[in-house]
Amino acid sequence: MNVQAWTFAIVGLSFALYIGVAIWARARSTLEFYVAGEGVSPVANGLATAADWMSAASFLSMAGLISFLGYDGSVYLMGWTGGYVLLALLLAPYLRKFGKYTVPDFVGDRYYSQLARIVAVVCAIFVSFTYVAGQMRGVGIVFSRFLEVEIHFGVLIGMGLVFFYAVLGGMKGITYTQVAQYCVLITAYLVPAIFISLLMAGSAVPQLGFGGAGPGSGDYLLDRLDGLHAELGFAAYTSGSKATLDLFAITAALMLGTAGLPHVIIRFFTVPRVRDARSSAGWALLFIAILYTTAPAIAVFARTNLLETVSERPHAELPAWFRSWERTGLIEYRDHNGDGRVQYVGAASPHRNELEIDRDIMVLANPEIAGLPAWVVGLVAAGGLAAALSTAAGLLLVVSSAVSHDLLKRAIHPGISERGELFAARASAALAVVVAGYLGIDPPGFVAEVVAFAFGLAASSFFPVLVLGIFWKRMNREGAIAGMLSGLAFSSSYIVYFKFVNPAANLPEHWLFGISPEGIGAVGMLLNTGVSLLVAALTPPPPPEVQRLVDEIRLPRGAGPAHEIRA
Amino acid sequence: MSQGSDPRGASGYWRAHLRLLAGLLCVWFAVSFGAGILFVEALNRVRIPGTGFPLGFWFAQQGSICVFVALIFVYAWRMRRLDARFGVAENGPS
Repeated sequence: MNVQAWTFAIVGLSFALYIGVAIWARARSTLEFYVAGEGVSPVANGLATAADWMSAASFLSMAGLISFLGYDGSVYLMGWTGGYVLLALLLAPYLRKFGKYTVPDFVGDRYYSQLARIVAVVCAIFVSFTYVAGQMRGVGIVFSRFLEVEIHFGVLIGMGLVFFYAVLGGMKGITYTQVAQYCVLITAYLVPAIFISLLMAGSAVPQLGFGGAGPGSGDYLLDRLDGLHAELGFAAYTSGSKATLDLFAITAALMLGTAGLPHVIIRFFTVPRVRDARSSAGWALLFIAILYTTAPAIAVFARTNLLETVSERPHAELPAWFRSWERTGLIEYRDHNGDGRVQYVGAASPHRNELEIDRDIMVLANPEIAGLPAWVVGLVAAGGLAAALSTAAGLLLVVSSAVSHDLLKRAIHPGISERGELFAARASAALAVVVAGYLGIDPPGFVAEVVAFAFGLAASSFFPVLVLGIFWKRMNREGAIAGMLSGLAFSSSYIVYFKFVNPAANLPEHWLFGISPEGIGAVGMLLNTGVSLLVAALTPPPPPEVQRLVDEIRLPRGAGPAHEIRA
Repeated sequence: MSQGSDPRGASGYWRAHLRLLAGLLCVWFAVSFGAGILFVEALNRVRIPGTGFPLGFWFAQQGSICVFVALIFVYAWRMRRLDARFGVAENGPS
């Protein structure tokens, strides 16, 4: 069987698994599994959170980005994991004690203001959209490669699938489906990594393998890679080239954004007790870390393989995987010097670079480059889809509940009927899929970069408002609204300017303090905090019942039953 | 039902918990922004013995993640003890 056949087979099996689990879980909830505060166990919740969290960005894109960026790619590794510490320590237990359904719910009640609720809804929709767009592109890449079509069609197919699965397939039981998806994606990620680690470093543990030496030769893989980079005019793999302040800002933006993502925060509302919110965050990060500590290994293996396979080879002699990816348009070769050979070089080389490679393809191409059997490639495709679908479903849930629950039911039209609310939820999810699909076809960057923007927006809008709401009783509605608006406006206009309005100017010399659009969320967060503190100090304090609310949420005792969004 | 108990207890709990947070967040910062970014070049002069990992690079790409997982579990464990000590723990099974 060839790659395409294996892909259909394994992907088909995985989809059957999800549908089966969704049906089984749905039956369980009609047995009233969630009554009396039982909720989902911390470990299961951790697995679901990990799958919900690990999107196409983590699975497909991140290792590829790291393989091209080297040390600079650490911003994604640290940024997307460090934020969980902030989430666990500063937010999850208190929001669980607060006991409502959504993040805008908390903002609306804590800041005793419908305007604050609406601003929070706008922020949630902004953030979730950007994030979903990244997923659509990831889905498009997988479909386009393995159905061998242009990436645009791949996105359209992905859109249709997510629409069916998330909107019409029912959102109850998403948690257990995500547990199944975690199992698929982690297997799909580890299997090729272990194979390649054995081949290239003689170790079955990729995390150790990439620090080791190749079997036979004495030289360490990292040294070999640094050497290859130096030869070809790239910056050293282990030191990268970004400015320290930019690295600091991007990492901070990603960490703060992680802790401010609505679709992650709501995952902690479903555990039985406040103390489970704490340990569940630990489990989630553990399951996430299994993938995230493997990614840099894959990056090193993939990069080494790529450079050794492609460099100075005659184009006509390149292996089959190269041709297949060229057909999708994600690899482009231009023979500038007419010698028929591929010069893949960096800025410091005397030659002109002839090869353009889309960074999102590295994880998918890696097993082929390493010559692994066809079923491994099919497995990786299934894993990528599992990651994208699980996250997309979670995000669409946030968008649709933001519109139907937060906006319509709790703000604009409290008298709306159940059926009306449900219809609004489905309609807004449908619209969200369409808009996200459009953005997926024409994204402003690679999957992981697009997703990084979502984080910047979450960091600038939600994070300070939530943390200050819990840790500073004096924080009031005027401060919160001013903070959210200023943070969101600043970060989004900075990003839109450099990525859409004037992309030619998107260079370090034009950036504020040398901080890129990916990192500006950290500055937005500081701006939000500063504005919030200033405005709150100048306006009346919150009413006593709100201050009592804050006292209440700081103590675990007396927590209500777990909640799950129904749609 | 209000949390009822001694307000001194509640504020003692909050302060003890803030101290714990401060300690954990210092480690969080040191291992990521510190070892992984600000001091990475200095640390890279050291190799982890028996491997090809420059130390700063390793912290940035793997070490910090491992510490993060440990930090959260330490937090959960210490908070459980703090909850019990100040009598603010929840009832019922987990």
